[in-house]
Amino acid sequence: MTTFTLTPRWLARRPNARYMGLVLLVLLLLFAWLTPWLFPADPARQNLLHTLATPSLSEPLGTDHLGRSQLARLASAIRLSIGLALLSVLSAAIPGVLLGVAAGWRGDWLDRGLGLVADCVLAMPGLLLVFMLAAMAPGQFWSLYVGIALVLWVEYFRVVRAATRSLVTSPQLQASRLLGFGKVYLFRRHLWPELAPSVLTLAAFGAANAVLAVAALGFVSIGLRPPTAELGLMMTELLPYYQEAPWVLLQPIAAVFLLVLSFQLLAGRDPR
Amino acid sequence: MSQAIVRLLVSRLLQAGLVAWAVGTLTFLLTRALPGDMAYRIAAGRYGYENVDRDAAQAVASELNLDSHPLSAYAHWLGDLLQGKLGHSLVSGEPVWQELGHQLGHSLDLALTAVVLALLIGPPLGMLAGLRRGKALDKASLVAATGLRSLPPFVIGLLLIMLFSVTLGWLPAAGHGTAAHLWLPALSLALGLAAVSARVSRNAMARVASAPFYAFAMTKGLSPQRTFWRHGLRNVGVPVVAYLGVQLIYLIEGVVVVESLFAWPGIGHALVHALVARDVPMVQGTALAMGLLFVALNTLVDLACLAIDPRRRPA
Repeated sequence: MTTFTLTPRWLARRPNARYMGLVLLVLLLLFAWLTPWLFPADPARQNLLHTLATPSLSEPLGTDHLGRSQLARLASAIRLSIGLALLSVLSAAIPGVLLGVAAGWRGDWLDRGLGLVADCVLAMPGLLLVFMLAAMAPGQFWSLYVGIALVLWVEYFRVVRAATRSLVTSPQLQASRLLGFGKVYLFRRHLWPELAPSVLTLAAFGAANAVLAVAALGFVSIGLRPPTAELGLMMTELLPYYQEAPWVLLQPIAAVFLLVLSFQLLAGRDPR
Repeated sequence: MSQAIVRLLVSRLLQAGLVAWAVGTLTFLLTRALPGDMAYRIAAGRYGYENVDRDAAQAVASELNLDSHPLSAYAHWLGDLLQGKLGHSLVSGEPVWQELGHQLGHSLDLALTAVVLALLIGPPLGMLAGLRRGKALDKASLVAATGLRSLPPFVIGLLLIMLFSVTLGWLPAAGHGTAAHLWLPALSLALGLAAVSARVSRNAMARVASAPFYAFAMTKGLSPQRTFWRHGLRNVGVPVVAYLGVQLIYLIEGVVVVESLFAWPGIGHALVHALVARDVPMVQGTALAMGLLFVALNTLVDLACLAIDPRRRPA
């Protein structure tokens, strides 16, 4: 079995790959957030006289099958994916880490109770849970968000709990404790520096998975509804026009690829 | 040995129970969370919008226990599940069991072909890379694995369709029936799986090849091939097979989406259709089958690990 090892310092492993990931992510962020300023266009505005237009000066990425600006749609879809990924990672990581520390530190009934909840979530592949939660409120942003966050927090919980268990009995933490330092201090000084690298790695993988999940949901038409610009949904919509306009279909594909790649590189470990 | 197996089977059985409870509860919540009058909606789905009247809605409501108190309905729902009463599909009217029976075989075909293909592609490449660390093959395999893992299975599938069906015209893009139809969906899943198992086996091979016992085997005069077959293969096999357990998540999730892409008549395709059509009994049946398939495959992986690795067995 592969065990989770704590990396000593942030960026200690594969610094080059991580910098590449960071640069890629920053470029994507710039593209997604600057495009509306530089090329203000409504991603939902149709122009049926110019469908599937080839890239030009006024439409740098061409138009889709309804004549909508592909540039505006792509930027909006990337904003949606990154926003949702960061939001769900944050709201999974914070409770995941806190509960993991609590369970690992306190042990006993709290540990067993939370462990059982975690086992329930892990009993099934996460995407199935996300699918079913998303189906409860179809086309709603929050149901995707809740589903993804609910699946993601378990990872943080398990890793942090296992690490905390061994850290709590370490001599340095015991010494600080005997000196009378408070719990918050102990967490900040002794636990967090050890936990941070693995939490950041998990966060990067989690963001990648969130992007993949949103795209998969959109692709099978369970997720967000048209006319929302969403990467998976765009692929489904543009697939029938592949023969006429392959470059349009390749854009959301490239966007998903680059997004996930940047997060995977940022994670700094072998792909899983 | 047998003790370890019993403990393993008990824990997997508990997991199967958890899956059934989670799926049952979620689908129950799904019925309650549907907007509008559920009975009318389902009746419309079943008989068509023109043919819905109050009697039809009433019949649906009594069949699905829509009028009773939520808690008693929940107990009733789980009770039915416990007895294996999955009901009838609201769209086709066929018993859910019967539909699942058709689909399970197709999904298994796809999943197992994908795993076999992945094992044929990934570990051999990974082991070669691990034996020649830092060389071109090692670097190329890292780049390829990172790239493939950045593509979700359905995107790999799309790219394969574009390449093999649209551009080259070698293989059919979608459908089911002949062996040719199996290639593209299986390959879409296998490439992602192979990417990870190549890296896992590369790391394992590198570790084994730099271990003292490996060097000793070479020193005592065994040829590189013999050393590999005798001392390398089995040691590399353990993490690769163990990691298959982790990859099953990818496999099952991939099956759902890839089946939808290729119109493969399996359980994943049926799940997506049921979710879109709000066919609650089918949602429950297919999600349950998917979840239980996941548990069953995991059990097989565990048993395989026990068989390969004697250290896992109590003396």
